[in-house]
Amino acid sequence: MNKPLLVVAPSPHIHADLTVPQIMRGVIIAMVPALIMSIYNFGLGAVYVTLLAVGFCVAAEYSITRYLLKREASIQDGSAVITGMLLAFNVPSNLPWYMILIGSVVAIGIAKLSFGGLGNNPFNPALVGRVFLLLSFPVAMTSWPKAVATWTLDGSTSATPLGILKDGLRTGETVDTLMKQMPSLQDLFFGLHGGSLGEMSGAALLVGLVYMLYRKIITWHIPITMIATVFIMTGIFWLIHPDKFANPIFHILSGGVMLGAIFMATDYVTSPVSHKGMIVFAVGCGVLTVLIRLFGSYPEGVSFAILIMNGFVPLINNYLKPRKYGVNHPRR
Amino acid sequence: MSKVLHGNDLKTFRRGGVHPDDQKLSAAVPIVTLPVPKSVKIPVLQHLGAPAKAVVQRGDKVKVGQVIARHEGAFSANIHSSVSGTIGQIKEEMDSSGFKHLAIHIRTEGDEWLETVDRSETHIEKITMSREDIITRIEDSGIVGMGGAAFPSHAKVALPEGKHIDTLLINGVECEPYLTSDHRLMLEKPKEVITGVRILMKELGVERAIIGIEDNKHDAVTLLSGLLRDDPAIEVQPLVVQYPQGGERQLIQAVLGREVPSRGLPYDVGVIVHNVGTTFAVYEAVQKNKPLIERIVTVTGKNVSKPSNFRARIGTPVMELISAAGGLPEGTGKVVAGGPMMGRAIGDLESPVWKGMSGILLIPEAEARRSQEYRCVRCGKCVEVCPMGLEPYLLMTLAKSGDIKQADHEHVIDCIECGSCSFVCPSNRPILDYIRLGKTKAKSRKS
Repeated sequence: MNKPLLVVAPSPHIHADLTVPQIMRGVIIAMVPALIMSIYNFGLGAVYVTLLAVGFCVAAEYSITRYLLKREASIQDGSAVITGMLLAFNVPSNLPWYMILIGSVVAIGIAKLSFGGLGNNPFNPALVGRVFLLLSFPVAMTSWPKAVATWTLDGSTSATPLGILKDGLRTGETVDTLMKQMPSLQDLFFGLHGGSLGEMSGAALLVGLVYMLYRKIITWHIPITMIATVFIMTGIFWLIHPDKFANPIFHILSGGVMLGAIFMATDYVTSPVSHKGMIVFAVGCGVLTVLIRLFGSYPEGVSFAILIMNGFVPLINNYLKPRKYGVNHPRR
Repeated sequence: MSKVLHGNDLKTFRRGGVHPDDQKLSAAVPIVTLPVPKSVKIPVLQHLGAPAKAVVQRGDKVKVGQVIARHEGAFSANIHSSVSGTIGQIKEEMDSSGFKHLAIHIRTEGDEWLETVDRSETHIEKITMSREDIITRIEDSGIVGMGGAAFPSHAKVALPEGKHIDTLLINGVECEPYLTSDHRLMLEKPKEVITGVRILMKELGVERAIIGIEDNKHDAVTLLSGLLRDDPAIEVQPLVVQYPQGGERQLIQAVLGREVPSRGLPYDVGVIVHNVGTTFAVYEAVQKNKPLIERIVTVTGKNVSKPSNFRARIGTPVMELISAAGGLPEGTGKVVAGGPMMGRAIGDLESPVWKGMSGILLIPEAEARRSQEYRCVRCGKCVEVCPMGLEPYLLMTLAKSGDIKQADHEHVIDCIECGSCSFVCPSNRPILDYIRLGKTKAKSRKS
């Protein structure tokens, strides 16, 4: 009898059917509903910015790994596509192309590859790119096109609900009068208001969350905890001073809370590994967001909050370990 | 006392765990006794501990059940001839562990058993033997843990000073996908298994025993609890299907809510665990004076034409079992002794059936190799599934970089090698391979 050639390898001999490329594809699919709402609201600008950001990010990843680091190009895992989409989601839909290019190169080149690439970057690359742009081009980064599908590339601009709130309170107006200028909560939920490209529609982002939970790509710990923290904390301030602080539903539906909690804070690489750690991390993201919104000089604080908490991840991983079986535990 | 079982009575362990596809292809296939093989190859090391010392020489005539290698020291087990015939070569051969050990070849002539063995199939319920005699009989019969680890069974009764056992746990979990040998045994020999439990209770001097069975074997749960209706001392505990519930630490936590301390053993929390197959072997040894010379082996796999459960003599070449299950399927790429999560891949189909081999799994070529490895993305899935609460990604990094002191500090030694981390890793990283390396180095660092 011919002896067959057999593979001999240590156990386990089977593998779960969720791999890195499948996860990356899953995250991209989960972002599609938000992208569709964005195209509906902002028209061609959303398509243009998203395509440019994805293209620039993939090109940056390819050329830097291939020609500068002289190693195998690392684009097949799909992570650069996600960084590009998330960067696009975090900028206005009328941003000039060269700013998108700069943001992409900063995100991929500085925030990701200079630390060693996928898995080694301490800070969320898309957020680093976004904050770099915000500090470098403050005007362009805060001129939001009106949320009307114009199908042209130069629509008129409008402020975000959070921007209206911040400026209004600064000039001494009350929350009540300011709320009258705001889009309705339905419009906020479905995304008919000014703001960054992908943060518009809470409804579409929640569809993405449900999909990622169903595919077991992420767990509930980070997104639900972060949204709940923002809700509870703004709720407390609102109950104490309803004329100085906006209501908690307005806070979780406006700005980047949903986008940040669902797609940015859940980034595997820059979030803690244990469930305990994830909850602490998410509470931190929520608290910092609210502090910046209510007491800081910027109207919105999600990006800064997540980036600051990214910096705490190694510490959290070190101190919030899962409870080990049979260690420091009563014997009976 | 009657026991009514409800779905909400199901228990499970508290932390981690995975749900690989069940694939119990041979669950409904009755056990078939294989014909006596033409020759056998019996390793002298089939258990945890020291190899047994061969007490036969080339050319000796042996009968079925005769001792051919005797244990030396407490952590070892006797080896018996599983056939009658003439001893052939006794030589060093590489076994599935990758190390060389002595194996005794025997050419079969007829099927002549020692006269002392009761070969009838009648169930003897009454236990007449004294506790001391039971202990000696289990030791003489070469019984080892048949769930896979092959810990010498008699060594479990030797408790250190000050330890007290209150519960005997019988492991009928069979949480590995594909395997059905324990399931079939519980269905086909339930009375013998129960008598085996009573013998072990007498051996250990305990008043209480619990048989833990995962609920995908509901027929076995129903059958055994029906037979035990009037016996308040033995309970049947159905369990949620979740891997690695058959790990003794997980089973103890699931059934009793107790945690075996790190680096401790089950007796530290008053428990001794025996597998269902071991329990049946104990019954045969004590009631029938039959040493451990055969066992139930599942032969299975996606492309196997007749997934089967065989009763096979120890030392039978694996290929004979595969042939009896319809032959080696075209394009088989890997042959695993045991289950897909913890079994050992074997490179040679002439390898013998050994005491701890619960199954033979044939894996097609397409699934035999590991997939492309990516970088760790720190998703935390390995941390989420680790039933011991360890951080596998971290242990891998530490083992890889050689920081054994830190790996030891992170309890690398507590890893039970269930493979859940490697199973779930989306980057296909060989996490468990490196943890094993770290464990070995941490152990040698200690000594």
